[in-house]
Amino acid sequence: MPQNADNVLDHFNLFRQPEYLEMFEKKKKEFENHHPDAEVERVREWAKTKEYQEKNFAREALTVNPAKACQPLGAVFASLGFEQTIPFVHGSQGCVAYYRSHFSRHFKEPTSCVSSSMTEDAAVFGGLNNMIDGLANTYNMYKPKMISVSTTCMAEVIGDDLNAFIKTSKEKGSVPADYDVPFAHTPAFVGSHVTGYDNVMKGIVEHFWNGKAGTAPKLERVPNNSINFIGGFDGYVVGNIREVKRIFESMGVEYTILGDPSDVWDTPTDGEFRMYDGGTKLEDAANAIHAKATFSMQHFSTEKTLPLIAASGQETYSFHHPVGVRATDEFLMKVSEVTGKPISKELTRERGRLVDAIADSSAHLHGKRFAIYGDPDLCYGLAAFLMELGAEPITVLASNGGKLWEEQMKQLFASSPFGKNCTAYAGKDLWHLRSLLFTEPVDFLIGNTYGKYLERDTGTPLIRIGFPVFDRHHYHRYPVWGYQGGLNVLVWLLDKVFDEIDRNTNVVAKSDYSFDIIR
Amino acid sequence: MSELRQIAFYGKGGIGKSTTSQNTLAALAQQGKKILIVGCDPKADSTRLILHAKAQDTILSLAAEAGSVEDLELEDVMKVGFEDIRCVESGGPEPGVGCAGRGVITSINFLEEQGAYDGVDYVSYDVLGDVVCGGFAMPIRENKAQEIYIVMSGEMMAMYAGNNISKGILKYANSGGVRLGGLVCNERQTDKEYELAESLAKKLGTQLIYFVPRDNIVQHAELRRMTVIEYAPDSVQAGHYRSLAEKVHANKGNGIIPTPITMDELEDLLMEHGVMKAVDESQVGKTAADLAAIA
Repeated sequence: MPQNADNVLDHFNLFRQPEYLEMFEKKKKEFENHHPDAEVERVREWAKTKEYQEKNFAREALTVNPAKACQPLGAVFASLGFEQTIPFVHGSQGCVAYYRSHFSRHFKEPTSCVSSSMTEDAAVFGGLNNMIDGLANTYNMYKPKMISVSTTCMAEVIGDDLNAFIKTSKEKGSVPADYDVPFAHTPAFVGSHVTGYDNVMKGIVEHFWNGKAGTAPKLERVPNNSINFIGGFDGYVVGNIREVKRIFESMGVEYTILGDPSDVWDTPTDGEFRMYDGGTKLEDAANAIHAKATFSMQHFSTEKTLPLIAASGQETYSFHHPVGVRATDEFLMKVSEVTGKPISKELTRERGRLVDAIADSSAHLHGKRFAIYGDPDLCYGLAAFLMELGAEPITVLASNGGKLWEEQMKQLFASSPFGKNCTAYAGKDLWHLRSLLFTEPVDFLIGNTYGKYLERDTGTPLIRIGFPVFDRHHYHRYPVWGYQGGLNVLVWLLDKVFDEIDRNTNVVAKSDYSFDIIR
Repeated sequence: MSELRQIAFYGKGGIGKSTTSQNTLAALAQQGKKILIVGCDPKADSTRLILHAKAQDTILSLAAEAGSVEDLELEDVMKVGFEDIRCVESGGPEPGVGCAGRGVITSINFLEEQGAYDGVDYVSYDVLGDVVCGGFAMPIRENKAQEIYIVMSGEMMAMYAGNNISKGILKYANSGGVRLGGLVCNERQTDKEYELAESLAKKLGTQLIYFVPRDNIVQHAELRRMTVIEYAPDSVQAGHYRSLAEKVHANKGNGIIPTPITMDELEDLLMEHGVMKAVDESQVGKTAADLAAIA
């Protein structure tokens, strides 16, 4: 046997031993009923053609690897941004296990979230009893300051009414009558995680501003000079929120971050388990009504929340995940205009450094062709940054992008000569993208971890930017917003560019005439 | 614009719910009210008399064609009929498949998001049969229908359904704002129908808001896919519907939280009025042969 206790082989090597190779071969021959290798190869090649692409794009009923998650995932994300808040998902346990593991794999941190454990009887009789018991258990066991309720497919299909259920639960004494239980209906089969984020954020704002579900008077807005900031669903939230706070503080802006999970997804290891850490204080969430304006960093994460905020009399501004010099300029200038606080010297210097860094590396990015996929706002922000660098975002794809997004992408492409050959694909999946990478080849692909399959199949080097990133660690700690964030993204792009140059020049006595020390 | 009033018609299938609601709403429309009808029945026949159409393109059938509800525009699903009444049908799956209740939720959410309720005085939901699942209770959630009108007749099963609907309303009445507006009895010419309807209303804690007499002119109008209000505006029956409309209009804010009764109480009620005979417990479950042997 190849394996023995004195020298334990990892599976990388173990499965390459002759015993295993023989076994795999035998299994293929005797059990798999496989096609001849030549036929497999023929189909593989055919799948790279324009003809196959046409068939692929004619797909109607089938989706293969959509680059999006479901509403409840975004709902949990939004809920975790508030002080000592536990997300409560009205649905079955398996759903919640998915949200928790998904976040934990990305942030490498535990993610606390409870479910109402709906089972067959709840599906038949309605989930009211699950809500009553679930709220009581959550309140007593985990001592949260707030329980933020959202739903899954099952609760939505049978038509459970959260408003009525929560009121009844309060009457039955699950939680005190004036306890904060904001809620949002987040059917998993509608929209994406971005929609779920929006619905919960709207639900929480509505709860605190419009009389806490009838348990308090509606708040009267007394305008002050502070601003609210909503980041949207963001895989870099840990780094980004800290960077945004630093930016606001350097300008002396009074601000409230609405939804800040940066601490709960980055708790220190010092011997103490923190189920809750940081987050927007509940009184701050309520007082946010008095702000002069609300800034949303991601338009499509706040499509329903911003109109609600605007109805209170505030100004609202939304951006498309600004990355780079111009986009950050626009964001900071708007903040400065609204608050009357000048952009600080510190930030101005950072801007200059980013411009300097871009100029230093311009030769290596100019004219490079990219494909990008991800959430609509992230795609927009990255595409704009690439064009700023003189690169071409040839293919931009958002499974959860809609008509409006596609239109805005077209306008973005039209704004720069580097956008001339670029196309945006709304509602398409990663199997569509696979075809495009063959027929419309690019130099680099930008996307989340799932892009590694496309990298393997098409040979397009993957730059990991997006959510989730499971197979590289700690990138979520780095900001991608602000001038410092732009610098980070620039470095990630360049690292891959140089890795590729090295990879293409490292064959001894053949291509190593360019295997240079200096790039 | 006056405040939006939202009402809903519930009742057992085949009781004449859609006919009654469309005639009532047509009468309200003639009084200058701007009306939106939301059909919440997979059969999609809640608006045929207003539109003179067999069946309207429903939200869900169009959404299925387009790929998703998000791909729809309001103009695609909203038709305008008699007296500028706006009509939408939520539609739903073929009998025996899918989930019609979810269809109702999807449709109402779509209409709200698309601003279908802007600029109307009345929204009326016409809901299939019984409140069989959470989806069919969507129109009675908070900030939806304020008053429910139950269409019934003097038949046992229609009264049973009316009682069941009251149970549904009760579930939501305490947490939300929904109230029972009253019963509308659609005459079937069963024994002591008026008295029965009156006493059921009393038991439920509500009122018999109108007793609509049976008249063949309703059928004549229906064959022409019209309301009586439009087909024969000067007829006696049209007058009844106009009176019903006035009563509904004047009933704003008068709804109550119903007090549904048990099946036994319902049977007692029927016996009280002599419609049903008391059951001899000793004979239950005995075949004719058994009974002959005893005799």
